[in-house]
Amino acid sequence: MSSNDKTTDTLSTQDARMGQGADDRFNSPLREAFGSTPFILTKFDKFMNWVRGSSMFMLQFGIACCSIEMIHTYAIKHDLDRFGAGVPRSSPRQADVMIVPGTIVSKFAPRMKRVYDQMPEPKFVVGMGSCTISGGPFQEGYNVIKGAEEVIPVDIHVPGCPPRPEALIYGVAKLQERVANGESAPVTVKPYEMEQFGDLEQDEIVQKLADQIDEDDLVMRYNWTDSP
Amino acid sequence: MSLEEPRDAKPEIGVTDDGLDYDALAALLGDTLLDREDHVTTEGFVVRPDDVQDALRTLKQEAGFDHCSCVTAQEYQDRYESIYHLKKYDDPTHELSVVVPTSRDDPVSQSANDVYRTADWHEREAYDLVGIEYEDHPDMRRILLPETWQGHPLGRDYDQTQPQVVTLREHANPLQEDHMADDTDTMFINVGPHHPATHGVLHLKTVLDGEQVADVEPDIGYLHRCEEQLCQQCTYRHQIMPYPDRWDYTANLINEWSYARAAETLADIDVPEYAQVLRTMSAELSRMAGHFLALGTFALDVYGEFTAIFQYAFRDREIAQDILEDLTGQRMMHNYFRLGGVVWDLPNPREEFFEKTRDFLDDLPAKLDEYHDMITSNEIFQVRCVNTGVLEPDVAKEYGATGPVARGSGIDYDLRRDDPYGYYPELDWDVVTEDGCDNYARVLVRMQEVEESAKIVEQCLDLLEDWPEDERTLQSNVPRTIKPEPDTEIYSAIENAKGELGIYIRSDGTDKPARFKIRSPSFSNLQALPEMSNGEYVADLIATLGSLDIILGEVDR
Repeated sequence: MSSNDKTTDTLSTQDARMGQGADDRFNSPLREAFGSTPFILTKFDKFMNWVRGSSMFMLQFGIACCSIEMIHTYAIKHDLDRFGAGVPRSSPRQADVMIVPGTIVSKFAPRMKRVYDQMPEPKFVVGMGSCTISGGPFQEGYNVIKGAEEVIPVDIHVPGCPPRPEALIYGVAKLQERVANGESAPVTVKPYEMEQFGDLEQDEIVQKLADQIDEDDLVMRYNWTDSP
Repeated sequence: MSLEEPRDAKPEIGVTDDGLDYDALAALLGDTLLDREDHVTTEGFVVRPDDVQDALRTLKQEAGFDHCSCVTAQEYQDRYESIYHLKKYDDPTHELSVVVPTSRDDPVSQSANDVYRTADWHEREAYDLVGIEYEDHPDMRRILLPETWQGHPLGRDYDQTQPQVVTLREHANPLQEDHMADDTDTMFINVGPHHPATHGVLHLKTVLDGEQVADVEPDIGYLHRCEEQLCQQCTYRHQIMPYPDRWDYTANLINEWSYARAAETLADIDVPEYAQVLRTMSAELSRMAGHFLALGTFALDVYGEFTAIFQYAFRDREIAQDILEDLTGQRMMHNYFRLGGVVWDLPNPREEFFEKTRDFLDDLPAKLDEYHDMITSNEIFQVRCVNTGVLEPDVAKEYGATGPVARGSGIDYDLRRDDPYGYYPELDWDVVTEDGCDNYARVLVRMQEVEESAKIVEQCLDLLEDWPEDERTLQSNVPRTIKPEPDTEIYSAIENAKGELGIYIRSDGTDKPARFKIRSPSFSNLQALPEMSNGEYVADLIATLGSLDIILGEVDR
């Protein structure tokens, strides 16, 4: 009896709560920071947002010049992994953040939308470079979509041509902050949506293409004059 | 090839000691020739649209023009015109343009595909963007724009505001009936346009027979950013220069030289020697950066090496970028060249710049040894690369391959030496060739080219260091607005990291080009991909694509 009392006296409350046999290796600084109690009280949503922001799986998605700077951001020296966002996934189904690094042209926009649709919710988008904001230096081209937001919602815009790796890291850090706060991009009405060809308004161009495209083919219709 | 007749020992027609004798060439074509034009660096021979094959075949077989560098199409007020820019692999200063006018009502011209295989894609592009149709072309479809596109955007009466509809056809079951040929069990598979191994947004329509590639068709145009149209909207003096940086975006700075060279020759602008040294040095640093990236991504493609080699290559590329940033103020889109020189001198203090660059060069041999240890002497790597993706020299020439791809097939062709520009002729360096013709040879060429570039940079540093302070002229006197004579045409090329980057400019007397055409090396090199990978394993297809080192910004422009 007496020996047992003695043990209780020397043990800290924290150790006592952890119980016997707990391995030292589990005693992380975080664990110590919680103090005597192993329990924390938080809202589940808040916890999930913190988790999401702290461990992001990026989509390995290269389009144009910006993708080179994006690779530099992942690679040695800048090392995006330090910020908990350095695991590029090749499959959209395993990713939850898409960095759009480059100019989007008419042929690619439907494919990008498809890749975006394949990512599981919740998903976030970082637009990298001026092209994803407005079309950048190529804005006046006959084939260039005037910004990624014409097709998919974008959470963070990183300006630059191309943005430096530091700028992209800042953008990702900002996204993490927003995600941790439970904020996401405002839902904007996107001008270009994928539709079935048969559902398009029957006008001159649709009638002209009618023998080339099946009614149930997915198409994207560009009304260039409506672009901002 | 066995079917070809052995080449005569007698000299090719039209070759003289001081360049080409165009009269002899004109005599060779005889009645086929309608007219002759002056094209600044060369002459343009005008032929009828139904004589294209005959004329080109004669020029190829008897006058030795074995390199169809580029096909430019354009629309005038009263006619369409296709220009075949011919060269020789033996001596690229021997140039000739074959001009084929066609009527506006019926723009049909004979295809050159039977004479030069490379004309295939070039003519498809001409059809796509300008609207000329080519008779007897095996596959007259759009190449850069979606198939459902309406109109030809570089034509005169194209309405850019008209709506367009673009399809996304889905691929359901790859074993579906319509993807199967009779009696075979082939499988259709899409590689890209979003795929880690395609180096950007390339789409390979691949048909597999088991593990082997039965057919592969590159589908490009997912990054067609209308560079030619945009350059036609910009003024010569300052506005065009930022665009070349964005063509080959791994080795940016060299591309500026292509525009600088074309415009300077066109407007007859001199470049001070000091600026030439700066240009040469910065271009070679940029080439090194491009080759490091090619090496790192190739290792990534071939054995999924994301940890060591990829990161090592990026470490070195990062240093090259840092040096270029010190010089130009930008990491990637340098915009450093100006017509008639460069924008500014070395950063102050100069000693610091010299020291930093020399440190980089001093460390390089050890680093390259390390690369050779890890990559080229690695058995796994060799198994993947030796004797895969074979490109025979005569096939490479047929497809107009240039740069490390051609030099890896033993073709001794480098415009820095053969069509000299800048400060290259004064410096001591070698053109690297390898005879392997395979993926391995192409990697070796790039790695040795890094060494050669280092040699060039080192010599430039010495020159810059000793250059007298009062002779450091950065730019010559260039008029504020450049307006070349109307209807002057020029085609000139430089050697960028991927090969021959050519620019065609036609002026119309204003301060903007009337036609601006880019001949990109990656475009021609990629065209040879089916030739290199049909019959090989699908894994080798990926390695071959990696070793071609295409940059989609340059392929699609």
